[in-house]
Amino acid sequence: MAWFKKEKNKVSKKVKVPEGLWVKCNSCKEIIYRKEVDRNLMVCPKCNYHFRISAGQRISLLADNGSFTEMGQYLASKDPLNFKDQITYKERLKDSQKKTNIKEAATAGRALIGNHPAMLVVLDFAFMGGSMGSVVGEKFVIAAEKAAEEAMPLISVASSGGARMHEGIVSLMQMAKTSASLARFKETGLPFISILADPTFGGVSASFAMLGDIIIAEPKSLIGFAGPRVIEQTIKQQLPENFQTAEFLLEHGMIDMIVNRKELKQTVIKLLSLLVEK
Amino acid sequence: MHYYLDFERPVAELENKIEELKNLADGRDMNIASEIEKLEKKARDLRADIFSKITPWQKTLIARHPERPYSLDYIDLLMEDFVELHGDRRFADDHAIVAGFARFQGMPVAVIGHQKGRTTKERIERNFGQPHPEGYRKAMRIMKLAEKFKKPIITLIDTPGAYPGIGAEERGQAEAIAQNLQGMFLIKTPVISIVIGEGGSGGALALAVGDRVLMLEHSVYSVISPEGCAAILWKKNGSSVGQKEYENASEALKLTSQNLRDFGVIDEIIPEPLGGAHRNRDEAASAIGAALSRRLDELKDKSFDELLEERYNKFRLIGELKEENQ
Repeated sequence: MAWFKKEKNKVSKKVKVPEGLWVKCNSCKEIIYRKEVDRNLMVCPKCNYHFRISAGQRISLLADNGSFTEMGQYLASKDPLNFKDQITYKERLKDSQKKTNIKEAATAGRALIGNHPAMLVVLDFAFMGGSMGSVVGEKFVIAAEKAAEEAMPLISVASSGGARMHEGIVSLMQMAKTSASLARFKETGLPFISILADPTFGGVSASFAMLGDIIIAEPKSLIGFAGPRVIEQTIKQQLPENFQTAEFLLEHGMIDMIVNRKELKQTVIKLLSLLVEK
Repeated sequence: MHYYLDFERPVAELENKIEELKNLADGRDMNIASEIEKLEKKARDLRADIFSKITPWQKTLIARHPERPYSLDYIDLLMEDFVELHGDRRFADDHAIVAGFARFQGMPVAVIGHQKGRTTKERIERNFGQPHPEGYRKAMRIMKLAEKFKKPIITLIDTPGAYPGIGAEERGQAEAIAQNLQGMFLIKTPVISIVIGEGGSGGALALAVGDRVLMLEHSVYSVISPEGCAAILWKKNGSSVGQKEYENASEALKLTSQNLRDFGVIDEIIPEPLGGAHRNRDEAASAIGAALSRRLDELKDKSFDELLEERYNKFRLIGELKEENQ
């Protein structure tokens, strides 16, 4: 006989919190009510960290309602290396497609932005880290070529860990290819506005993303060439606070401005109206 | 004494023995010439056998061989009147990239290459061939001079990658590389790029947007190093990666000159002497010289517009794509 009765079922009676009702901010680590973040355009109400958003969310944020028409949506990678780690690259692509509901890390198409026609290319970090392989490279180039042909400004939103290792040298060459298309696009006298979202690194920052005539970054985004861990391991020193943040890049003259998500569309419209003759 | 890689050990033993015998024969006037000759043939065959089946990881090690000729070695062997030019006119002179003008088979050319160091002191001075942004900006400055003076450009690629450091990031490593990639598509003069050792990712590509891209037989060119790839794929929960993982990663990355030719990323493989370029520098240099002069000749009558158009299409077409319906 026990002196005290155990209240056995107490644990299971605890109120269950539905998955995803709360989110943790990557920057200030606060736990925040998800709806509050949603209402705030996926920006942390506590510290102004801009959460990573999907290509679809990004497009609805920038493009006028219903104006976006996609291009190159059927392009798929041929898996040139026949690459396999724990799972094959082909399986990894399928998993990502299922998880994100998009076919590749880049979405490209024509849009109206405050009634200005513009060509838009948006990367989605949720799709294999927004990495650039054949498809991302090709979509960017098609967008740049079409934009030149149709005399439209070009706008890209980067959010990427860099080149897609799974496509080896072919992915490296996408850096050259996208940069080549910009060399040509820039001869048209139309602006290329590059928007950098968290994070922008490696083969993407070292190609089209840093080639904007105008470069805009979202607050606190991490942007750089080499990842912070690689740098730390190489130099065996602690990195300065604030290192590779949008604020750090602005300070060092590498970007034009930092713009809050809720002002992003207005800023783009203002630039387009100043730079593009209607 | 040569520096031998692990997989060369069988041949190393033999060659050391030959060396010993030769010394012995010298001192004592013994007639063992025929014995030596026999052993030398055996060593050659053994080396040929080892090299006929080297793995991509072993190739990576040859590409990084400490005795492998570097850019300045080839400039010295292939060119005359080299005048090195320094600095990006913005911040500093980067010793991991050398650049200047020289005479190749009598013709003035611009030559730009990554430069590694041989001794410890040199290695540090050259930052192990890993450029900072100012290196890439210097390279672009010299390319613009070459365009202005209507001289063809030869670039030599040999770097583990662009340097990952605080200063490099502060001064815009990504931007510097991106500017070169974009800028090289506008340079109105022929550009020939040769990967002579390590083609390490974006830091290599930033000098390698050529009308013709050639690779020495035992050089490698990759989006990421086998070590980096192995760490990403297999270094989980504190487990360490080593030789076996590097072998697997280099196999998976398809980074050899043969792989790259199959992908159509490079135009030509320049053969190396048996055992690698360091075993016979003159032979390696003369193979490069022959390829260079043939390729320069191919490009010399093209108009600038034609060159730019072809350079654009060359890279524009790289991608392994298919169409898939929903």
